[in-house]
Amino acid sequence: MADTREVTVTVNGESRTATVETRTSLGDFLRHTLRLTGTHMGCEHGVCGACTVLVDGDAVRSCLMLAVQANGREITTVEGLAAAVGTLSPLQAAFWKHHGLQCGFCTPGMLTSLTAFLRDNPNAGEKDIREAISGNICRCTGYQGIVDAALDAAKSMQEG
Amino acid sequence: MVVRYLGAEVQRMEDPRLLTGHGRYVDDMTMEGMLHAAFLRASHAHAKIRAIDTSRAAQLPGVHRVFTHADLGPKYGHRMNQLYPAPVIEVNKTQYPLSKDEVCYVGEAVAVVVADSRAIAEDAVALIDVDYEVLPAVVNIMNALEDGAPLAHADTSSNLMGRMRSQFGDIDDAFAKADHVFQAAFMQHRGGCHSMETRGCIGRDDPWGDGLTLWTSAQSPYLIRRALATWLGEPEERVRVVAPDVGGGFGPKAGFYPEEIVIPLLARFMERPVKWIEDRREHFMSTTTQRDQHWNLEVACTSEGKILGLRGKVTHENGAYIPYGILLPNSSLTPLPGAYAIPAVDVGVDIVFTNTVPNSPVRGAGRPCGIYAVERMIQTVSRNLGIDPAEVRRRNYVRPEQMPYETGATLRGGAKCVYDSGDYEALLEKALELADYAGFKERQAAARAEGRYLGIGVSSCIEDTGMGPYEGTTVRVEASGKVAVRTGAASQGQGHHTMIAMIVAENLGVSPEDILFESADTGKFPHGVGTIGSRVAANVGPSAFDAATKVREKALRLAAEVLEASEADLDIEDGVVRVNGAPDLSITLGELAIKLSPASAMRVPAGFDPLLEATSYDGSSGSPIACGSNVAEVEVDVGTGEVRVLRYSVAHDCGVMINPMIVHGQIVGGVVHGIGNALFERMIYDDQGQPLTTNYGEYLLPLASEMPRVDVTHMETPSPLNSLGVKGAGEGGTIPAAAAVVAAIENALTEFGVEIDYYPVDPQYLTGLIDRGAAQAAE
Repeated sequence: MADTREVTVTVNGESRTATVETRTSLGDFLRHTLRLTGTHMGCEHGVCGACTVLVDGDAVRSCLMLAVQANGREITTVEGLAAAVGTLSPLQAAFWKHHGLQCGFCTPGMLTSLTAFLRDNPNAGEKDIREAISGNICRCTGYQGIVDAALDAAKSMQEG
Repeated sequence: MVVRYLGAEVQRMEDPRLLTGHGRYVDDMTMEGMLHAAFLRASHAHAKIRAIDTSRAAQLPGVHRVFTHADLGPKYGHRMNQLYPAPVIEVNKTQYPLSKDEVCYVGEAVAVVVADSRAIAEDAVALIDVDYEVLPAVVNIMNALEDGAPLAHADTSSNLMGRMRSQFGDIDDAFAKADHVFQAAFMQHRGGCHSMETRGCIGRDDPWGDGLTLWTSAQSPYLIRRALATWLGEPEERVRVVAPDVGGGFGPKAGFYPEEIVIPLLARFMERPVKWIEDRREHFMSTTTQRDQHWNLEVACTSEGKILGLRGKVTHENGAYIPYGILLPNSSLTPLPGAYAIPAVDVGVDIVFTNTVPNSPVRGAGRPCGIYAVERMIQTVSRNLGIDPAEVRRRNYVRPEQMPYETGATLRGGAKCVYDSGDYEALLEKALELADYAGFKERQAAARAEGRYLGIGVSSCIEDTGMGPYEGTTVRVEASGKVAVRTGAASQGQGHHTMIAMIVAENLGVSPEDILFESADTGKFPHGVGTIGSRVAANVGPSAFDAATKVREKALRLAAEVLEASEADLDIEDGVVRVNGAPDLSITLGELAIKLSPASAMRVPAGFDPLLEATSYDGSSGSPIACGSNVAEVEVDVGTGEVRVLRYSVAHDCGVMINPMIVHGQIVGGVVHGIGNALFERMIYDDQGQPLTTNYGEYLLPLASEMPRVDVTHMETPSPLNSLGVKGAGEGGTIPAAAAVVAAIENALTEFGVEIDYYPVDPQYLTGLIDRGAAQAAE
């Protein structure tokens, strides 16, 4: 029989409890148990970064963390980045403005990674931002729109 | 006043949804009673299957059934169809949806498990026992045609799939009168798809209702509908194929895969929806790639560097089966003679089978290879004659006054390749200016004084875009005043919704926000072809323009009657038809739509049919030829062989730009893909046909930290071949990139006499060339 545990996490500010197999990754748990499908699984071996979510504020690859390890933690997914439904965070708005996405598949991981990075490094320059997303693969954009969006978002967040 | 959208940097309509995690990719979908499938894939590159024992797998709790070829039954026991039959295919090998008795590449689907969850299905796959008789495998294209080479298929006598040739002009005369003949041979390797979303599909069969529906992460739902219906022997009307949001395609998602037969069949057998999502390792082993192509060319030229002829031979790796006709070798040849007026060409291709995953187009298809070949020969002429490579190009370009220029080559479909418009030399000058080519020697000298090696490389390309036959668009004004726009063309991130909404909005006089866009669903729009070969803007664009024009004309004709005004005095703005000079006289498009299809007992206005709707299949009358020149500036670490692209400049001409922001994104993304080809991406098989690069630690993709900022400038030479003057833009960044980067590396290493005959130029390879060059210099 499958080994299961009950897990309680706070996701995007809401407490969620579910029974999961102990082998279930956090990413699969978010996507298939909680039906938060904005988090994408790109490589499932921790390189592409598409599945990145924030766990207690830190950018974490949800394919490399088990759901049970997230018990009691606070998780933010791409669905929870904007302050309110129907709005965009400054970073999301900058991605829109600078054509920082094409197919949109890597986008959730880019947004979560950069949300954490820019919070901790508000004065980041282009080189820093390129390093910060060097663990997030995008096949469409060539990264330029993403970098421009991050630079613009950093600026607008500083200006408040 | 007409609001202009065409040419404006309109922010994409797709984005708010995708930015907030509300996209709908195939793995985001779930259905009542849905089961999950996982495939067992061949672990040998070439083997006979003696027996398959599925009993242990079938007993695992949560497993519903396990299927092999035999379990699909005789009705479904035949090989896959050839999508693009061609006379040059001498041995027409397509695969069985599940291997019958022979596997021909590692990754070939052998059996499939259906279970309650993907995890259980994957557990059960490990419990299937296959008894293989291992056969010798052929992996290297350079000896695949030698006598005694292992055969990729046990029942064939040769690994030759077919031969083709591009031949025009008087090649013997060109070489007879040439001052010089130079030769170069080189291998090209283009890696795989690596869309961030892997493949995946859901099948559902409702024999009493909708028939068979397949949701699949694909570029060509209509091709899949036809292929699946044909394979099943069932009418196309009973097969619906939908491409939901697709996380990148880049070519390999344009074909038709075994899983797209097997999953619908499983749904039929199980009488429940079945989902399969490819994992990344499967993507490496089972999604088509574009690997080796070897070129051996001779160029005939004058002492001034004017090229008279090009001849030689190409060996093209097909992989184990033919998924896609001869599109790839064909599109490798048709770009010859590149951007140049070369009067004579004679190049043949041997297409060979190997025991590796089948090959199909990856961004650009064969065009990056054909252009790379031409550009290498330009470099060869430049090096041998001591003429600046930019100057050699100037002396050979097709000139604006020669347009339309018939190259002599034949496009797929048999049409002559005709360059429709463009100023290739002007484009080069723009690229050189952007790159500060004139100032490079100074930068190079300054770096050299610090012990650093800089190089610069130029590359020019043409690109046949917008291939036919058509894509269509329906535009219909709803009673609400919203405008329903439907097309077949699937998007994998190119922003079709935005692009088409801009065209319709401008022409019809509505806001892009009022457009309800649907695409890539064979149940919603009757006909389509696919998103390949940079063809959507040049096919869907004109059809959307034409359909919107027809709706506008109909609306104005009816409004003139209703408002008792002359059509010439009417204008449509923000969905309202107004009479110029009489601001109180107006009617909305929604009200006009209701007048045309009124409630019961009312009448349709005389002389009109009931819908405010039009459909068009207007496209391009030929292939619009886009063009570009790129300049790469690199630094090479001669100790480690590391290459860094410091600066990259693009001058590109894709005709009239509908949305320059989207074009810019296509070009920059394309360039980075091309830099990946030049420096990083290598799908490696060992000599037994085992893939050695099956994760992103082993197979390197371009990362943000390694990529330069790409500077792009545009010319807009309208294409005379369609109503909008547009040309395709999806691949023009990729096509010339590898040639520019490789030329730059050679330029940096001039003092070592390095001549590159292989890409991706990885550090091991490059340090080998540098060491050899240094040793020769020391002698």
